[in-house]
Amino acid sequence: MKYIEPHAHMVSRTTDDYEKLAFAGCIAVCEPAFWAGFDRSSADGFRDYFDQLMLHEPRRAASYGIDHYCWLCINPKEAEDLALAREVIALIPERLTSPTVLGIGEIGLNKNSRNELTILEEHIALAAAHEQLILVHTPHLEDKYKGTALTLDALEAHGSIRPERVIIDHVEEHTIGMVLDRGFWAGMTLYPDSKCSIPRAVDMLDRYGIDRIWMNSACDWGVSNPMAVPRAVLEMKRRGWDAGRIRKVVLENPAAFMSQSRHFHTGIGT
Amino acid sequence: MNSAEEVLDLYFLETRHKLLDVAAFLDRVERAGGTGDFRMQALKKALALLHEEGGSRAEAILQCFSDPTREPVDKAPGKGAAGAWPGGTGA
Ligand SMILES: [Zn+2]
Repeated sequence: MKYIEPHAHMVSRTTDDYEKLAFAGCIAVCEPAFWAGFDRSSADGFRDYFDQLMLHEPRRAASYGIDHYCWLCINPKEAEDLALAREVIALIPERLTSPTVLGIGEIGLNKNSRNELTILEEHIALAAAHEQLILVHTPHLEDKYKGTALTLDALEAHGSIRPERVIIDHVEEHTIGMVLDRGFWAGMTLYPDSKCSIPRAVDMLDRYGIDRIWMNSACDWGVSNPMAVPRAVLEMKRRGWDAGRIRKVVLENPAAFMSQSRHFHTGIGT
Repeated sequence: MNSAEEVLDLYFLETRHKLLDVAAFLDRVERAGGTGDFRMQALKKALALLHEEGGSRAEAILQCFSDPTREPVDKAPGKGAAGAWPGGTGA
């Protein structure tokens, strides 16, 4: 089945993984900027990383017939150093016109600190000033509930952010309700040990419906599975879902959200 | 939506398997002498929530492990997360 992987860290994956995605029906991958598993020592590290996202990965993906898009930001795990974070944010505006950049992301909080919140607010202002979509990372484990609430408050406090142009990713059972109730999109990340298992993700679709929601593998340098979305398709089939509802979740919804960026051009057909 | 019988057919064996892993983990901790570690305390509180009815056990367990406060912390204490909130043990 044709699908879009709306959140994957392909810089951490082998070319074999692109081939697996292509075999499974993936037509586009979207890659938010994030932590590399280690701290970069200067803004130059991010300059190179942004080039990798904007120039190198689209070429690697194209050789498997997959469109590659990216999001730019400094991630919350490296936002504690305000001076570095601001140097990196200054690199972003001139890159927003690059043809595969969809918006600002994945921004958000990690340990819910004051500096992380300051940099989140500066990213929100940047997105508003340049009319960009926003992709939000929510914190891990015990920090997720608080971090999600603080993030929604910061987005609403800005005053000009339209919630339908923001996706709050990595929701779980205790955060999905507040995200959807306040008009935002919700992303469910399918991870083996943390975040959300595939059966739980399908349970949430059963409970909350299939509007303004997507699923992703977020496959990165850690324990993760780039085949998580096709596995979720299988799970929905096992539960008797019809093809139209599955297609909406894994193809039409990500396309609808990202089509709000003029840079998204992947045709999904009928 | 599936019937309860269909849900059992699909997930009973998998769930039985996971429950045995939980039991074996608890035995393993006990054999190692037991601990009052905040993660273990949170896990025990969470286990009690399995008996709750009303269809929101997963949400209740996630809340049980979560930091319920709303004020940002002054400085990030590293980058990682433990899976349970140290302030939640009442210790
Ligand atoms: Zn990510």
